[in-house]
Amino acid sequence: MKGKIASLPMSYRLAVTSRVLAAVFGGYLVAALASVTLTMWLPLSRAEAVVTGMTISFLVYLVAVLWCFACRTAWSAWVGLLVPSVILATASGAARGLGYA
Amino acid sequence: MKEGFRQAMAWLHTWAGLLFGWLLFAIFLTGTLAYFKDEISHWMQPEIPAHAIDSAASLSLAQGYLQQHAADASRWVIDLPNARDPALSVRWQDAPAERGQRGRFTQKTLDAQTGAEIQPRDSRGGEFFYRFHFQLQMPYPWGRWLATIAAMVMFVALISGIITHKKIFKDFFTFRPRKGQRSWLDGHNAVGVLVLPFHLMITYSSLVIFMAMLMPASILASYGTDRDAFYQALFPETPIPERAGQASLLPALAPLLAKASEQWAGGHTARVSVINPGDANATVQLSRASSDRIAYEYGHDVTFNGVTGQLLGATPDKPLPMTVASGFYGLHLGHFAGPILRWLYFICGLAGTAMIGTGLVIWLGKRQLKHAKSGVMPFELRLVEVLNIASMAGLVLAVAVFFWSNRLLPLSLSGRAEWEVNGFFIAWGLSVLHALLRPGRKAWIEQLTVAAVLFIALPLLNALTTAHHLGVTLVQGDWALAGFDLTCFAAGLFLAWAAWKMQRAGLSVRVKKAPRTAPGPVTLEQRTH
Repeated sequence: MKGKIASLPMSYRLAVTSRVLAAVFGGYLVAALASVTLTMWLPLSRAEAVVTGMTISFLVYLVAVLWCFACRTAWSAWVGLLVPSVILATASGAARGLGYA
Repeated sequence: MKEGFRQAMAWLHTWAGLLFGWLLFAIFLTGTLAYFKDEISHWMQPEIPAHAIDSAASLSLAQGYLQQHAADASRWVIDLPNARDPALSVRWQDAPAERGQRGRFTQKTLDAQTGAEIQPRDSRGGEFFYRFHFQLQMPYPWGRWLATIAAMVMFVALISGIITHKKIFKDFFTFRPRKGQRSWLDGHNAVGVLVLPFHLMITYSSLVIFMAMLMPASILASYGTDRDAFYQALFPETPIPERAGQASLLPALAPLLAKASEQWAGGHTARVSVINPGDANATVQLSRASSDRIAYEYGHDVTFNGVTGQLLGATPDKPLPMTVASGFYGLHLGHFAGPILRWLYFICGLAGTAMIGTGLVIWLGKRQLKHAKSGVMPFELRLVEVLNIASMAGLVLAVAVFFWSNRLLPLSLSGRAEWEVNGFFIAWGLSVLHALLRPGRKAWIEQLTVAAVLFIALPLLNALTTAHHLGVTLVQGDWALAGFDLTCFAAGLFLAWAAWKMQRAGLSVRVKKAPRTAPGPVTLEQRTH
């Protein structure tokens, strides 16, 4: 086992570290943005929309974390989180601009 | 590609499970014990006698006591006894010396039938396990954060484990002829899958409980810095009238119980609070028992004018999203569960604990196989072994020591409750030391044996130190106390069996030939085929 660990190349270790960081922080960002977007767009009262957004955000976080380890490369893990982040940020920003919030 | 996905999930399951497994084991075991929080407290404070429940009579006794001892207080809080917690507890807050300050709270425990003051031994009781399972004995809010992060990791490990399961299950039956290792995996899958709905519910609900702490972005986006407005909307409160400054006699509180019950379609009152007792504007707030319904709601109240008995307001029913969230909260706590469902909760919790424990054992077992011949273990495997022993056998041992301290520490010891907790952590710390000094299997056997002896002897210790032993409790039908003794005895037998199995397995390992080499570790980037 030790031999196996030692033989893993540095690039592999960096890639795993990158995926972990993407999962923990990138995943959190997507989940938080998803909760905000839901809160902005759901046709519910403010407090109800907030609670709904929070309860669903953990499922988003879960999927984001799974994605980070399921995708082919560490780079695609980041891209797969940043693209939805940008979309979600735009959607919640649009809601604010349109005066929904 | 599909194969690759499963392998990636197996990798994630393995490492998320290992890194947080020890902490999650402790959270699950203490959380499981917390399902019997009141029963454990009852055993740890046997001075509080259990009586048939008569809420109205108990409330009258409490009111009489408070009128005599705390007539000038700014607030009374009366916690009524219930089927699980026999204590009639009264608290009062002195009127603050200056405006804006908070007055001091005093707490007394009364006999629910006679109203006499009781001096139960100083003990945290089951509350210790309950608090530990989400605060981890760390300063606020760090313990909550760590426990919640562990819950998120548990969620990931659970789902990735389910995705892994199907294939791995088949794999292991094909590739792992060694019975020991296969049996562990078998057990891991069995306890994982059999109570899977419980695992999913308990993990997701723990995130929902702390959602405002973990995921506050939407609160900030909607309410800005005005978080209070959010909580106002979430927990609407009936406004409490200001103190009139005019003395007025507080009528009997007991009739309000029936009035509140009417508001709740037959629900029960758990707590009665009186704000400004003895004032013309005295207000009485009755809080509903959380055992009434599945959904757990903090502060579900009916408020009355204390002098006239006029209804001032009631907490309105919650809209659907809040009901869903408090439904998960309530499912997690299980306050609504009767004896049978409560045992089911307990068994499911033990299954979750066992799932985590077997997972940790499997991780190490798979990797140890390669070093079986040389008998020398690399540092990282030895570290995992020590942590496995201390986090499982050591924790169980510490729980036993906690109960023993409750019976053995002198009643007059100052800071007695803290010393019970210290006993728990000293025992746990010593188990780490012991696991470091002794070879792995010996450490397992020795710690399990000591824990087994302590648990088996606990009913005996109880008989020697109190008058509430099995001979009495079984005859009286006090199932909380008798159940505690019997459960400890059964736990002790189980631990003894585990120690015995460990000893036998150790004997057979030496005779058997070294096993075939296991397949190499699954790595993430090497499966582009």
